[in-house]
Amino acid sequence: MELFCGLLVLAIPALLSRPLGRYMADVLDNGTVSGKVVGLIGGDITRQPQNWKEYAWSMMLVNILMFAIVTVILSFQQGLPLNPDGKTALEPSLIFNTVSSFVTNTNLQHYSGEVFMSCFTQLFGLMWLQFVSAATGIACLAALARGLSGKTMMGNFYHDLSTATFFILLPLSLLLACILMAGGVPMTFDGAAVVKTLEGATQTIARGPVAAMVAIKQLGTNGGGYFGPNSAHPFENPSAITNIAECMAIIIIPMASVWMFGFMTGRKKDAAIIFSVMMLLLVVKVFLAMNLEHAPSAAFAGLPVTSSPNIEGKELRFGPGTGAIWAAITTATSNGSVNCMHDSLNPLTGLIPLAGMWLNVIFGGVGVGLINMFIFIIVGVFICGMMVGRTPEYFAKKVETREMKLALLALLVHPLLILGGTALFAATPLGASTVLNSGSHGFSEILYEFTSAAANNGSGFEGLGDNTVPWNIATAIVMLLGRYVPIILPLAIAGSLAEKKTVPETSGTLRTDTILFGSVILGSVVFIGALLFLPLAVLGPVADHLSSAMH
Amino acid sequence: MSDTSSNNGTAAAKMNRRHAKANSVFEKKLVVTATWKAFVNLDPRAMVKNPVMFVTEAGAFLTTLVTLSDAFSGKGNLSYNIWVTLILWLTVLFSNFAEALAEARGKAQADSLKNVRKKTMARKIQDGKEVLVSSEELRENDLVAVSAGENIPGDGEVVKGAAMIDESAITGESAPVLREAGSDQAGVVGGTRVLSDRVVIRITASSGNSFLDRMIALVEGAVRQKTPNELALTVTLSGLTLAFLLVTGSLWPVGRYFSIDIPLPTLVALLVCLIPTTIGALLSAIGLAGMNRALSANVLAKSGKAVELAGDIDTLLLDKTGTITMGNRQATCYRPLSGVSLERLAAIAMQASAGDITPEGKSIVALGEKTLGITAPSDITDSIVPFTAQSRLSGVDRQDGITLRKGAPDAIRNFITLKNGVVPQELRHHVDEIASSGMTPIVVAEGNEVLGVVGLSDILKPGISDRFVRLRAMGLRIVMVTGDNPLTAAAIAKDAGVDDFIAEARPEDKLAYIRREQQKGRLVAMMGDGTNDAPALAQADIGVAMNSGTQAAKEAGNMVDLDSDPTKLVEVIEIGKQLLMTRGALTTFSIANDISKYFAIIPAMFVLALPGLDILNIMRLHTPSSAILSALVFNAVIIPALIPIAIKGVKYRPLGADAILRNNLLVYGVGGILMPFAGIKLIDMLLSATGLF
Repeated sequence: MELFCGLLVLAIPALLSRPLGRYMADVLDNGTVSGKVVGLIGGDITRQPQNWKEYAWSMMLVNILMFAIVTVILSFQQGLPLNPDGKTALEPSLIFNTVSSFVTNTNLQHYSGEVFMSCFTQLFGLMWLQFVSAATGIACLAALARGLSGKTMMGNFYHDLSTATFFILLPLSLLLACILMAGGVPMTFDGAAVVKTLEGATQTIARGPVAAMVAIKQLGTNGGGYFGPNSAHPFENPSAITNIAECMAIIIIPMASVWMFGFMTGRKKDAAIIFSVMMLLLVVKVFLAMNLEHAPSAAFAGLPVTSSPNIEGKELRFGPGTGAIWAAITTATSNGSVNCMHDSLNPLTGLIPLAGMWLNVIFGGVGVGLINMFIFIIVGVFICGMMVGRTPEYFAKKVETREMKLALLALLVHPLLILGGTALFAATPLGASTVLNSGSHGFSEILYEFTSAAANNGSGFEGLGDNTVPWNIATAIVMLLGRYVPIILPLAIAGSLAEKKTVPETSGTLRTDTILFGSVILGSVVFIGALLFLPLAVLGPVADHLSSAMH
Repeated sequence: MSDTSSNNGTAAAKMNRRHAKANSVFEKKLVVTATWKAFVNLDPRAMVKNPVMFVTEAGAFLTTLVTLSDAFSGKGNLSYNIWVTLILWLTVLFSNFAEALAEARGKAQADSLKNVRKKTMARKIQDGKEVLVSSEELRENDLVAVSAGENIPGDGEVVKGAAMIDESAITGESAPVLREAGSDQAGVVGGTRVLSDRVVIRITASSGNSFLDRMIALVEGAVRQKTPNELALTVTLSGLTLAFLLVTGSLWPVGRYFSIDIPLPTLVALLVCLIPTTIGALLSAIGLAGMNRALSANVLAKSGKAVELAGDIDTLLLDKTGTITMGNRQATCYRPLSGVSLERLAAIAMQASAGDITPEGKSIVALGEKTLGITAPSDITDSIVPFTAQSRLSGVDRQDGITLRKGAPDAIRNFITLKNGVVPQELRHHVDEIASSGMTPIVVAEGNEVLGVVGLSDILKPGISDRFVRLRAMGLRIVMVTGDNPLTAAAIAKDAGVDDFIAEARPEDKLAYIRREQQKGRLVAMMGDGTNDAPALAQADIGVAMNSGTQAAKEAGNMVDLDSDPTKLVEVIEIGKQLLMTRGALTTFSIANDISKYFAIIPAMFVLALPGLDILNIMRLHTPSSAILSALVFNAVIIPALIPIAIKGVKYRPLGADAILRNNLLVYGVGGILMPFAGIKLIDMLLSATGLF
């Protein structure tokens, strides 16, 4: 049954993703209706073709604006409407962290939504960012695709952003929200319900416009839920059916992004190869996670209880396996929503989400997953291109010093943020005093937090007192750098490639649409990932597993 | 168009010479020189050009300091520290040695050429008189006289006379060559010997400034610059080095979390094992070896960039004569026009060829002698009109005022029209018939009357079509350049299996063709010798000038072929491809090695604090110290072990890109992952056998 579930949540989105990708490419590049609507609202500013620098600059401008607006909302939510429970302003470092987190499509939540946020904040602050930050990712991938097809004018950011928001994300979210409401997810502006329980006690039950937010949280690889427990909360994810729907919603747009890239560049076979590599990694991840989670929790070892899969930290209405599937998928993409406690996963299972975020290319975030993959591809192309006896080429353009400089820089940011952050916090009381567990497991908690922030994932391992000023500031900076540097540098590479002479492809050219090249991509992703993160993996989850196995 | 033919007899001897050069990678004399140079180059100012090895040297330096301070304070494991320090320095030395060895080999090769141009006395012509001066005092544009038996004092061009010259000292070819003033074969090289006659030579490069001198300077490293791909690879390797600095740098604070104090030598050992020292150490040796291989093939490249670029060539312009066909076309048949007897055509063709010393001309005479049963008169009284690339016809002006001409059909047609003659319609039929059977039609005219056509047969070089099949598998487009008419060209092109041809090619046609190809983004290589070829040689991405060619041609190209062998282009391209493949393969190998080193070092580093990690010691290495040292020793000794591959280049087969990639990935990628497991285990066994660790 679980195996069937696992297959289902991978196979259905995989099948739907190709037509969706074609639609996305179409609406972004030649949508006549959408073009008119966007032009009507935005005017000439949405029509001007932009080179990579203008495009990147517009992207930054809009993102800075987004940052400013939501900072104001969070700081003054007590004076704003739709605040039935009278929520007050947040602590400044938490505001900085939360805004950074939502602007960067991360949704690392150092707060609990139901405790801190008003309906207005949730809807017009956070949910708005969930749309536009996801649209930012789609827009930048579109620009990259155009650049790689040889165009120095890589489209118009304002046009792409609005099109992605209104014609891709909004309709899909509407659909999913309706399905969720039918499944029992609340959608209301009423404040918390106060009810008498069967035992006669009084209970306050938080609610609000949940369905809308959960829909875009899943579809836009955001992951920030309405409630603290995220999709483990029964109002966010009431049943097995909603669980499957939400699980599929996580992966569908990241999958479609790959096809979108294929359609926009006219290299569908290349896209199919990239898709297959990502799919292979995802399948391995999902099944490893399911398998590892079938082992009983180490805490039960030697106790007189029936041997069962690890059910610690799981929602019993979903069963133990679905938690593992969700954990694998949500960290393959940079979604980060959770339906179980990752801290309670078996130690080696805990490695699976970490590995996904270290690589950050297994479909990855909406749009940005493939942008990250592009960097691995360029590095692979450079080294293997030489091996066929030519100076390396990608998409009929020569890859030279400038591109490699930018690519290596982009490649380095991710490990720098994770390794640097972890080293700093593990070696000092900043982090060492906030962990709930000692030894390797505590180390994993710190490692996970920085990994999640750098990968713009947003899931929490938890078991960490992370709402402290140092954690808030450090992870906010990591999220911001982890978002914009790996978007802007690839755009710069595409811009630089687009300006070059097109090299004709011959039988002596390294082909990038073959299974052989697929194995090159796979190799460079796994290899580079392993070389960068193996020591930490060994010290964290692996040592954790080995020591708990020894006890 | 040139008619240079290569002599098959000496080709084998030359191959032997090349093999002899290639086999002795670790020649004793060179090893001594290189070892000395390896120490000299420890100077950080020299090391900084190579970021990977600079980091290694910095690590070795730090470890030395720690070892010394620990020795005085009595902390740490002294013998372990000393060993790590020694191996680190050895790693740096091996790297310097690899570069110095490649440099020494290049120098040795250059020296063998240099020795040829020893100081000689030259007879400089000054104000009409000959003055004896030393060859070193010669400057550009000086004129010198050289007679039979004397050595040519410097690079130059024959401006008066013609002579047979022995160039064996440079090319290894024992057959003497003809160098003649005003022809496309006027170039002479200093150090070669005049065998007959007396020539006047204009010096084209003052002493110390010739191609050879420039080439030697390039090999010696004084003016060597990193090539574009080498630069991009250096950037990539620096990036990876930074990444591994980050990985190892973060381990120390993380160790603090686990209350482990990782000793600095161990951290440096891990760092040096992880950063791509193998390729970092061999990178410049690979580049130098590429130049050396070109030099072994008797090609002087004006820059390393040119050799690297050769691997990227998409389009190859090959002269038909001497490259695709044997080069001596033989007259084999006559086609007289109606009303003209076979005998008349044969006789006039013979007379018109009397002054023609090309093999074609001689074969027309020979065929005439056979057909008519007479011997051609040995003294020529008629005035000879030589062949030129522009007129494309030749012949004689008879003393009775009648002009005899033979040449390409359209050239004769123009000539007849100019003389108010009429070209009969049926000529076209004969010409087409001969041409479409792959022969070259030569039209013969007496006065303003066309007599008929002589057919010249062309013989394809054996094995040439197989070679083209392989070249095309590598993605090369082969274009045949010929003076033949389009029909002949098409027939030969089809037989040889080339992609395209330029028929009735004039130098400007070549230039135009190259430009068209380049506009499509293709990189073009060509070979040429004449002054006419200079613009095309300059325009081509790789222009190989023949050494026998004119100075203008040699200046325009970016390589000079000492053998003046038109098939050399193919070899040059293979050298370029092999150079890039070697870089890619060793980079892959270097990075692939890292997995095994992790398995050796990481458990060793943390096993005391986290005993469970012993399970990851899958090689079952003896002790933590021996594990780390084994990985470090492997990392060091792999450098000299791979020097032969760096210098000779990885195995090269002309296959499609996919097949090459698959082979190299298997050997250097998968092999690079597995091989060090065995290597490290072996070294560990040896180390533990010593009982020290």
